[in-house]
Order: sequence, then structure tokens, then C-alpha cells
Amino acid sequence: MSLFQPSRGNASSTAASFQPTWWSANTTAAPQPSHPGAIGYEDVRASRDFSTIQRRFRSFVRRACTLFIGWYFLFVILAVFAPGFMRIRVLGDVNVGLCFGVLQFVSTFAIAMSYRRWARNRLDPLSDRLRHRLEGWPRP
Amino acid sequence: MTGPAAAGALASTVVGTPALNFVIFAFFVAVTLVIAVSAAGGNRSTTDYYAGGRAFTGWQNGIAIGGDYLSAASFLGIAGIIAIYGYDGFLYSIGFLVGWLLVLLLISEPFRNTGRYTMADVLDLRLKAAPVRAAAAASTLTVSLFYLLAQMAGAGALVSLLLGVNSSAGQDLVVAVVGILMIFYVLVGGMKGTTWVQIVKATILAAGAAVTTLWVLSRAGFSLSALLHHAAAASPAGTRVLSPGLEYGVSTVSKFDFISLAVALVLGTAGLPHVLMRLYTVPNAREARRSVVWTIWLVGLFYLCTLILGFGAMWLVGGKNILAAPGGGDSAVPLLADKLGGTLLFGIVAAVAFATILAVVAGLTITASACFAHDVYAGVLRQGEADPGEEVRVARITAVVIGTVAVIGGIYARGIDVAFLVGLAFAIAASANLPSILYSLFWPRFTARGALWSIYGGLISAVGLIIISPVVSGSSSSLITDRHVNFAFFPLNNPGIVAIPLAFFLGWLGTVTDPQPADQARFARMQVRALTGVGAERGGRS
Repeated sequence: MSLFQPSRGNASSTAASFQPTWWSANTTAAPQPSHPGAIGYEDVRASRDFSTIQRRFRSFVRRACTLFIGWYFLFVILAVFAPGFMRIRVLGDVNVGLCFGVLQFVSTFAIAMSYRRWARNRLDPLSDRLRHRLEGWPRP
Repeated sequence: MTGPAAAGALASTVVGTPALNFVIFAFFVAVTLVIAVSAAGGNRSTTDYYAGGRAFTGWQNGIAIGGDYLSAASFLGIAGIIAIYGYDGFLYSIGFLVGWLLVLLLISEPFRNTGRYTMADVLDLRLKAAPVRAAAAASTLTVSLFYLLAQMAGAGALVSLLLGVNSSAGQDLVVAVVGILMIFYVLVGGMKGTTWVQIVKATILAAGAAVTTLWVLSRAGFSLSALLHHAAAASPAGTRVLSPGLEYGVSTVSKFDFISLAVALVLGTAGLPHVLMRLYTVPNAREARRSVVWTIWLVGLFYLCTLILGFGAMWLVGGKNILAAPGGGDSAVPLLADKLGGTLLFGIVAAVAFATILAVVAGLTITASACFAHDVYAGVLRQGEADPGEEVRVARITAVVIGTVAVIGGIYARGIDVAFLVGLAFAIAASANLPSILYSLFWPRFTARGALWSIYGGLISAVGLIIISPVVSGSSSSLITDRHVNFAFFPLNNPGIVAIPLAFFLGWLGTVTDPQPADQARFARMQVRALTGVGAERGGRS
């Protein structure tokens, strides 16, 4: 199955066609490979299907990363510079700091699960379609 | 269940009965050996030896990654820090967990799609340069060795507590036995055997932690508030253990030290070579994603348990007794087990901890040996001419060499706090590995020179800053105990806050000053492959 392992020399030989606007949506559909191993990756990258995948992936990942990194460092900064705030009691001996810490766990679980669900519904069908078209359908 | 042995045990240096502990130990070692041998089967091709034939499912690999990640530092170290400093230990576990989101969102799928066995494969697909492969190998080997050292250091302390081996010659012998066992796992089991050992170990570890946690909670009437109340009452610091600042709030320097550690923890996970290599043991990127989600659940729930265990140990064992025991903070959980369930539970928990060290050490050894054989030997020295059988043979020889180095290093590193050493390994991983991985996956302009500057810059600055920090000289807890020798020019213990941004900056600087532009065809292939899996390495028997 040479299709699955394109030889390393092929892609670099097409180095000349540099497309600076690869992130913008192009109206061409992903091309069929003319022969196995010669997938034109730059054409694929410029295709509408691929830019949709990329746009979706980037927007989700950018938001999720901003959210969790911001939330984590808010916690770190509060823990270091506002210990008085973290000491405020919430319930018995359970204080704000402990709740904040446990919420970091909850948010991590929540982001992981929502990414898994989002990727399954919004990313996988598109990337499957594109991959099958490039590698030949149906798969062996 | 609390036998007479347990009652007076804390006074002496030996807890439980060494004979019983030894039997439980031997049982665990025998079980894992049988697993490693029976799972091995073949291991002739590089894909079998390095990636377990890429035939593991998402949940299997997820648990195995958790097994690799939940090292002695997590199980013993974090619970120990909580038992002594309270809340500040909790800060460690949060950083260790949150870092997994970076792996899940940015690394796992693109990494699985664009590489074969090692981190250097990913950089090579994008940049195609032998020097870059050599650089990636150098940083992989450094991080693996640092991490190995931490585990071996923990093994010596733990065993002195568990088996009553107090003479330093005896402890050296135990470290050597750990090394030999681990070399055996790796040689016989390959990645497949090692993965199964991780799965079994992680399951037992999680079950053991869950049982002990429930036990502690039941003693406190299933009230978290009551547990915290008792713990604070038992500590000389009182309620200060319930909020941050006891360990890190002392001075401005220690505050920034903590921020530095926090940065290293959250960014370091995504650069740990033995974690990254595990992403290749599944058939495709989707399974890699699933495995990371499994890992997040396993690691998260486990760390919540360590919070309870730590405060439980503070309450039931007491910080003073923990510090007085051999192994210091690392002995908190075994001592707690002894208080709760007597010698039998103590023996089981101790054996689980020992199995943890063995398994993690085996995982690190296979990573380092794969890196040397695949990247240094086959990739750089033989320029890709080596046949797979030869490569596997070199990997096996390397495993023996690394095992030996780890044993010698572990003997010298004995007595250093395990969680702390791991924190340093994270800082090196985050500064040497992460920038070049992220740049090559996502930055169109990234070039080979940027990769070299970022990897070597991050590696040298992280290691260099550790050398001129209080870790090595100038304080009472330094490696060099002679107070007259003081070259601690850098005030922080953890180099993360300086070295990580510096490595990102150098990656950028090396790229923009590179006279050669980035190869856009290669980047196009990288992007398409990363997001769709076109042309990715296929899974074994799916």
C-alpha cells in the first residue's frame, strides 16, 4: 500500500508553488490523486474542504486553550498573591482555595469531554471524507 | 486489622514486617514479569518493539499513559507534600492535570498523524534535517535521564522504608535490582509488554488509591470539612495548611519560584518524550484522542484521591512522624496505609508504589532506547540505511546501557525530593521540546535553524539555570552541601519562567534570521496529514 506512505521525495519536489493565502477559503473541491503517492498536498490545503476543517479546528482550539490557560493562571496568581481571598471559608473548613482547586479539575474534565464530542461531530466526518477521497474509497 | 506491629511501628524505622513486605513485593514483580513475557510475542519489527504494533485501543493506551504519568512522584511525592505543607502540594497536582489539555487539544492527533516512533520524526517530516533530528534526540535523552534519575532516587528511599534496608550498601543493591528488572521488562516485553505492565499497574494503583481514600473519608465520617479540621488540628501550622502559601508564600523569590513551577508543570506534560511516544501505540489519531481523554479522567480522579490521602496522612500520621521516617515526605502514604489497615495494607500499598517505579522506569528506558536507536543510530549515524532488525538490536543494547546509567545515577541522587526532581524534568521538557513541536505543527515559516536554536537554547538554558540555582549550591538543601561553594546566581529553583519563553523566542529568532525560507510543500503535507491523517502510519491489526 504505497498510498499510505507517500515517498518522502515527492512532496518536496512541488516546493515551487507557494500559496500565501492558504488559510482563506478557496472554492475548488479537493482534487483526486492522479496516481498513488502523488497527493498534491498544496492543492489539498487550498481546497474548500480542508480550509473548513482547519478553520473549525483553529477556532475551537484557540478558544479552548485561551480559556483553560487563562483560568489556570488566574488560579495560580490568586494562590500566590491573594492567599487571604483563598482562605475565606465557604462551608465548614472548606475554603475558597479548595473550591477553586477542585473547579480546576472540573473544568479540565469538562473541556476534555466537550472537545471529544465536538471533534466527533464537527471534525471527524469532514476529515474522513477528505481522507477517503484522497486515499481512494472504499478502504480495504 | 491494626495489628500490634503497627502500633509501635512509627517509633522504629521499620514499619510492618519486612518478610511479609518482601513476599508481597515478590508477588507483584512475578505477576508483572509474567505479563511482560506473555504479552511480548515476537517484537522483531521496529513497529512492534517501539509502538506495540500500533494495536492498542484508546482506553488501553489511555490507562497505560496514565500508568506512565502517575509515577512515584505523583503517588508518594504529591501526597507527601500535602501531608507536610498542606494546600501547596495540591498546586502541584493541578498543574500536572491541567497540562493534559494542551496534549489533548494541540498535540495528540497531529502528533500521531505526522510521526512514526519518536518526537524527532515529527520535526523530520517538516524540516528534513539530520542536525534537527540529532537535537531532538539530545533533548529527549536528557529529559528521559532526568526523569529516570527522579524515579531511581525514589526507589532507594522507598525500599529502605519498606524492607528495612537501612545500610547504604543494601539500598544500592536494591536500586541495582530495580535496574535489572526494568532492563528485563524492556528487553523481553518491548513496547507491548511494557504497555501491559503499565495497564495492570495503573489499575492496581487507582484501585489502591481509591480504597485508601474511602477508608480515610470513612474515618472522618465522610465529611471533607471534618477531615480538613482534623488535619489542621494535627499540624503545627494550624489552619494555614488549608490555604496556599505555607511552602511558597514565604518570600517574593519563593512566590516567583512557584509561578515558574506552575508554568513548567502546565507546559511540560506536552513535551515529555515517554508520554508522546505512547501516542504511537494506537492505530490512528482518533484513538490517540480517546486515549488522552481516558488519561485525563484517570489522572484527575487519582489526584483528587491524593488530596484526601495527603490530608489524611497529616491527620492520622502527623507531619513530624512523616519527616522522621526514612524517605521523608515520600513515606506519607505507606505510613498512612499502616495506620489504617495494618501491615497487610502497608505491604500492598508499598508494593504498588514499587511496581509504579518499576513500570515508569521501564517506560522511560524504552523511550530513551528507541530515541537512540531510531534517531541517533538509524537516522543520523546510518542516514536511514539501517535495517529494522539492526535498529531493534541497537535499541536493546541501548536499553542495557541506559539501565546501567540510571542505576549509577540513582545511587548518587538518593535522598533528593522526588516531586521536586520531576518538576525540573518538566521544566527541561517544556523548554527544549515543546516550542519546536508547536512551531513545526502550526507555524508556516518555521525553519531548521529555528528548531536548532529553540531546542539547544531551551535545553542549555534550562539545564544551565538549574546548575547556577540553589538546587545545586548555596543553600542547606543543595546537592553540594559545602556552604563555602556557592555559585547560585539564579535565585529560583525552577528555571521554567525564564527558559521556556527564551526557547520560544529563540525558535522565532532563528527562523526569521534564517536566509533559507521554509519549505512550503513540506508544511502543506504536514498540515494536511496532521488534520486528516492522509498518509499517516497505519495501525497494526485493525
